[in-house]
Amino acid sequence: MTSLLIRGANILGQEVGDIAISDGRFVDVTTLTSPDEVIDATGLIALPGLVDLHAHLREPGREDAETVLTGSQSAARGGFTAVHAMANTAPVADTAGVVEQVYHLGREAGYTEVVPIGAVTVGQKGTQLAELGAMARSAAGVTIFSDDGLCVFDPLIMRRALEYVKTFDGVIAQHSQEPRLTEGAQMNEGVVSAELGLPGWPAVAEEAIIARDILLAEHVGSRLHICHLSTKGAVDLVRWGKSRGVQVTAEVTPHHLMLTDELVRSFDPVYKVNPPLRTQADVDAVRAGLADGTIDIVGTDHAPHPSEHKCCEWTAAAMGMVGMETALPIVVEAMTDYDFGWADIARVMSRTPAEISGLREQGSLEIGTGANLVLVDPEASERITPGAHATMGRNNPFAGIEVSSRIVHTILYGHRVVTDSQLSDPHPITRGGTWIA
Amino acid sequence: MKHLLSTADLSRGDAIGLLDVAEEMTQVSTHSVKKLPVLRGHTVVNLFFEDSTRTRISFEAAAKRLSADVINFSAKGSSVSKGESLQDTAQTLGAMGADAVVVRHNGSGTPYRLATTGWIDAGVVNAGDGTHEHPTQALLDSFTLRRTLTGSPASGPGGNARGTDLASTTVAVVGDILHSRVARSNVHLLTTLGARVVLIAPPTLLPWGVETWPAEVFYDFDEALDAHDFDAVMMLRVQFERMHQSFFPNTREYSRLWGMTSARYNRLPEHTAIMHPGPMNRGFEICAQAADSPRAVILNQVENGVAVRMAVLYSLLTGKEGAL
Amino acid sequence: MRVRTVLNADEISRAITRIAHEILESNKGAGDLTILGIPTRGVPLAQRLTAKIADIEPGVDPAQICGSLDITMYRDDLRHGKLRAPEPTHIPSGGIDGRTVVLVDDVLFSGRTIRAALDAIADIGRPAAVRLAVLVDRGHRSLPIRADHVGKNLPTAVDERVFVGLAEIDGEDTVTISWPETAGAEGDQA
Repeated sequence: MTSLLIRGANILGQEVGDIAISDGRFVDVTTLTSPDEVIDATGLIALPGLVDLHAHLREPGREDAETVLTGSQSAARGGFTAVHAMANTAPVADTAGVVEQVYHLGREAGYTEVVPIGAVTVGQKGTQLAELGAMARSAAGVTIFSDDGLCVFDPLIMRRALEYVKTFDGVIAQHSQEPRLTEGAQMNEGVVSAELGLPGWPAVAEEAIIARDILLAEHVGSRLHICHLSTKGAVDLVRWGKSRGVQVTAEVTPHHLMLTDELVRSFDPVYKVNPPLRTQADVDAVRAGLADGTIDIVGTDHAPHPSEHKCCEWTAAAMGMVGMETALPIVVEAMTDYDFGWADIARVMSRTPAEISGLREQGSLEIGTGANLVLVDPEASERITPGAHATMGRNNPFAGIEVSSRIVHTILYGHRVVTDSQLSDPHPITRGGTWIA
Repeated sequence: MKHLLSTADLSRGDAIGLLDVAEEMTQVSTHSVKKLPVLRGHTVVNLFFEDSTRTRISFEAAAKRLSADVINFSAKGSSVSKGESLQDTAQTLGAMGADAVVVRHNGSGTPYRLATTGWIDAGVVNAGDGTHEHPTQALLDSFTLRRTLTGSPASGPGGNARGTDLASTTVAVVGDILHSRVARSNVHLLTTLGARVVLIAPPTLLPWGVETWPAEVFYDFDEALDAHDFDAVMMLRVQFERMHQSFFPNTREYSRLWGMTSARYNRLPEHTAIMHPGPMNRGFEICAQAADSPRAVILNQVENGVAVRMAVLYSLLTGKEGAL
Repeated sequence: MRVRTVLNADEISRAITRIAHEILESNKGAGDLTILGIPTRGVPLAQRLTAKIADIEPGVDPAQICGSLDITMYRDDLRHGKLRAPEPTHIPSGGIDGRTVVLVDDVLFSGRTIRAALDAIADIGRPAAVRLAVLVDRGHRSLPIRADHVGKNLPTAVDERVFVGLAEIDGEDTVTISWPETAGAEGDQA
């Protein structure tokens, strides 16, 4: 295979140096005397390749919304070298067969490492555990299980799932939404929903489940991951859970770090999402929670929809936003008021998500690990234009926002999949073999 | 005025202007030809995704009295029920040359969406969207109130309400505020016109954060009647089905605590007007004695609806610029 | 802008008196007469005219014969220009069927206002006859319409502006004509 020298990069925003890659791994710079290729990274920030613990790639079943290929390309352009594909496909990824299919589609695409997430319950119906062990032991090696899109509402099923995945050190990623309190809900319940007459989605519907699950995880000694938390109360609960020593990790999306329910006044369904956009107080709380480590990671909840599901009336529109290609620039913008440097970005968008998922070759720039790397221009001036993105979804809520960082190069196991912000050839794994030769 | 989507968009001047135009519209009934040629050659489409015969025929009468051509588009039995999108429906109506679209939809915000997407270049009138707004209902309520406050006939031609607002009046809105588009539009408009608004409802049927609204809130109807000398009491329609969603235990208890019962009717001051947007649930939220009393202006509200909707269509479809 | 006074208060008053006499003469008395002013300035003119008629003909009740007729809804330019708020129309309680209606306006120019007024009258009822009284006829008709009673015939150029001021609205009675200082310049009141 090939060797690559990245010269003069600002590593984690902390020191300028060179990075050497050979045969898909980071190697000692001094050992690489005649690289096949050299990248001048002067002025660029080097971060470990980003890891998204939460994306909807839609395949199988909704290939009109996204495919594993287009989703992978979108991930690469967003700087993600690993992406976890949520289980709410059609059919649901609740068997070894479906997760392996997604896993293989990811390798055929070759733009990012696609890591399937398995459903917790059969058909995401919340009544019977799916074959979690079979999925864990499949080629896909599933470690994260989630019924995302739907809440594992039944407390007994949730308890059993939390206990059962200890067999293979798995984690349950919960979509925290009390179903009865959110029947017909269209947006955050608050002053804006009251005025707009849209059925509201109270914060307590999220927080009640989070509180319950933290207590369950404590009781059975299991790992719990909370998907896309969105309220101030949720941040307080996670902080409380961690103070008790519960093995709980929490995730926030770029849009919950940036946008509020005031945007719903436009009735533009691009702002319709689950969980809903909350208030400014909630945005402030999730930013503070991310800054102080209460919230462990950023997950995009990338959720592409075909235009006909968004170009309609609010109440008929689908929930969800795309976001892999804008995640890093938006998180940087959202956190400007905090002491939150590039090393923190790497922690919440790469290292910690890789740890939660158990991806040993991701999330690190250390010598010997997989050469997954993203080079970011921190002084770009870009206006977000969803029409130019690789995802098939055009439902990006950040259209028109000015951002200061741009993904320039994405290197996936030593191979450049994005060069000068444009897609290049996929990783040779598409021709068979493994990520690291 | 290009669209009428929410009464929150109306300034005091806009609102009084519309009500004054409606005053002139009531004159048409005295003419031998009960029509005005104003909208000759204009097409008004009644786009009703939700059944509402009353509102539809009121708009239809209004458009026809202004000589517009009227097309009724009911979503039931049309391609909409077969999955046609709002965008395609709107563009189809645009292609047919609609100048104004009167929209009724069970989803909040749909008229706003039609007005802001550019799918159709027509004026949009919100004829009731979900539990959001019903601006023409609020306008006809204020029109009727203005009439009664100035000692004018409650409807029909005549009267001397022109130019007046609702300053120093107190209006009660009673019932299912949470699900009421009529209540939302009225809170905005009554406040804009200077009235003091008092909301009376069980806590389950009040929106979250109602304390931020420009209104005083009572859970107890009788306490509110003790505290205020109401110029009007507006009873809202309450759907029986709410009972099954545990908003209140049963109709009997609701009626006893929040209904316009004979006892409550008998203690109202002489001048209090009784209003209801219709259709009424007699014996539930309002007793027959109150509904049929001389103080009830419920049929006047219906009659005034036509004049108010004429004024709205007139304001939307004539004049290229400016407000009244 | 140059301004010249065409009629002063006394002259306006005399013109109204003369028109009152003319109307009574041609109508052979005040029987079946209805005087309708066209807003804005036609309304006080109609009221003054009615008062004169009542002075001359004892037994005439001004409230029974004088009213106003708004023509906004009958204009032919509603789609263009700014949105217009209608003014009140008031028809005396006897209606207009079978009566002689005298329309009163301040200035007769293109004739379009009167065309609209005739349409409005036709929708309200069926008078025996419709007459037209104006304080000033400035010419330049676009339609085959003429006035029956004219306070003053005033030859004008098209770009000149005729203004009728009435005490009830403007504080004083006056009729002025103004024209731009240089040809083609805009007047100060559009």
